[in-house]
Amino acid sequence: MDFSAVVVMEILYAIAVLVLISAGLAVIFGMMRVINLAHGEFLTLGGYAAIMSNQAGLNIYLSILVAAPLAAAVFGFLVERLIVRFLYGRLINTMLATWGLSLAMIGGFSMIFGNTTTGITTPISGFAVGQYQVSGYNLFVIVIAALVIGGVYLVLKTTRAGLVARGAMQNPEMAQAFGYNTRRVYMFTFVAGSALAGLAGGVMAPLVGINPAAGAAYIAKAFITVISGGTAVISGTLASAGLFGFVSQTFTFLATPVVGEIALLVAAVVLLRLLPTGITGRFLKDKV
Amino acid sequence: MLREALVSALIGLVLLLAAPFLFDDIYTLTVLTIYGLLALSLGFVWGFGGILCFGQAAFFGLGAYGFAIASINFADPWIAALVSLIIPALFAAALGAMLFYGRLSDVYLAVVTLVVTLILFKFMNSTAGSAYKIGNARLGGYNGIPGFDTLTLPWDSSEYLINEYLYYFCALILLLAYLGLRWLLTAPFGRILVGIRENELRAELVGYDVRLIKTLAFAIGGMLAGLSGMLFANWAEIVTPALFSLSQSAEIIIWVIVGGAGSLLGPIVGAFVLGALKFFLGQQTLVNNLFVLGSILVVTVLFLPRGIVPTLTPFFKRRRRRSRTAGGGERGGRNARRRLRHAR
Repeated sequence: MDFSAVVVMEILYAIAVLVLISAGLAVIFGMMRVINLAHGEFLTLGGYAAIMSNQAGLNIYLSILVAAPLAAAVFGFLVERLIVRFLYGRLINTMLATWGLSLAMIGGFSMIFGNTTTGITTPISGFAVGQYQVSGYNLFVIVIAALVIGGVYLVLKTTRAGLVARGAMQNPEMAQAFGYNTRRVYMFTFVAGSALAGLAGGVMAPLVGINPAAGAAYIAKAFITVISGGTAVISGTLASAGLFGFVSQTFTFLATPVVGEIALLVAAVVLLRLLPTGITGRFLKDKV
Repeated sequence: MLREALVSALIGLVLLLAAPFLFDDIYTLTVLTIYGLLALSLGFVWGFGGILCFGQAAFFGLGAYGFAIASINFADPWIAALVSLIIPALFAAALGAMLFYGRLSDVYLAVVTLVVTLILFKFMNSTAGSAYKIGNARLGGYNGIPGFDTLTLPWDSSEYLINEYLYYFCALILLLAYLGLRWLLTAPFGRILVGIRENELRAELVGYDVRLIKTLAFAIGGMLAGLSGMLFANWAEIVTPALFSLSQSAEIIIWVIVGGAGSLLGPIVGAFVLGALKFFLGQQTLVNNLFVLGSILVVTVLFLPRGIVPTLTPFFKRRRRRSRTAGGGERGGRNARRRLRHAR
């Protein structure tokens, strides 16, 4: 009983991590058909922002939940203005440019922070479930992931800004004709996606420790989750994160973490072979 | 066309022969030639097949590992070289068949090739311990496989193919691969391949089997990448999982896009220039290597999306056309059309 509770929680945690690290990428891809391959470095940036503001004396929750997304949002704004806005509609070129950005950011981080791993301690202590010790911070991650998904859903479904954003995605010409500046909508969407990436980086920072190349560990997983999910932001991300989190955690329990990772990747390849446009390319088509 | 091919072959031959005298670090020069071949393989698949493969490093690594493992297990390293060609080619054919018969394109294709490379990277990294071995070769996990026999001189099997010999061997293979691909692109197969890149639906409606042709082109690209991996194994005398890494894949794509994806010469030039730059940057500590490479990629995509060589070619062509009077108009028309296509 205790064991199965722990297993369920570990699986939920794996899903929550995938949701969290791919939410920003999913917003940007789903809304604008832009793949930001520097997403992993946006996470790293959020992580550094959280660690540094914490070291400067800011409260740990403020560092994670405010400073990290804010730093990534400002940086995302600059990137959108200087690079991405020239490349809208050219999917491959945006991928290549943001990949270049990702490499440049790794280089920049190691010039500024040095090639070492820094970290902060988790603010929540663990607790016991029967004879097993469970990390309290994992629970925090699950809650944050749920809040992020719920928040994005509410913004898209119930606010006017969300309505305009969805309209600009479905039919840019029509949105323009109604007097909405789609370029500005794209800009805000990109900044929002960057902020989500920064938040994820901040939340993950106490768990993994941040070094200049830390983003590479996330980008592949986030990229796979988003593409396999398809263009629907919420349902696609939830569906693919649920599937991959379940697969990787199950195989981690049955064998080793490496087998779990490989199982995730194999599942992605098989899934894309069967559903070439992602899960929401076939199912849940009209969902957000 | 034939004359152009002959001229470029001659120029290439002279350049590659003269290079050791101009640039006396033959060790670096050899690896630049190997990188050139690797870039050429992606340049063919991407620039002419329209297949953006994010995992060309997978075939590069498979070629290198294939050679190392076969060389430990077989007495003759030349048999190992043959094995190291067949494995990546078959692997690319199988992967390509899965992709193209499954109708995957652009982003989805990129993600699958990337994932396959990651799987190989993760797998190879986790193969420490004596349980993982193929024949007599232990895979060695993170540390890779050192100490395999490298190629020997074909006429004297007691002498290893190193230094100048290895350089001239690599240069010869690069030249042959370049000419081979040029020939292939003028043959019906290459024409159909370019036709598919231009308009896949039309090529299919005309009656060509798009899936088969793309798979074959992908396999050829994989084989060439494997060939360069085999040469790399001979050069480095060790193979490690880093060959499969994401940054290796990134580097190949950067070479191709900076040099120019629409030509065969472009990727080779890109690999030589950026490879040399990397070695130069490696000798100083002021600016980070990745920072420079990444910035170059961003700037190229923004300002020079067609790459160095295709941007420069019209200047040379125009000068030559002025000296010729007849036939120039037709050639100009074709160039203009090509420029339009790339601008899209």
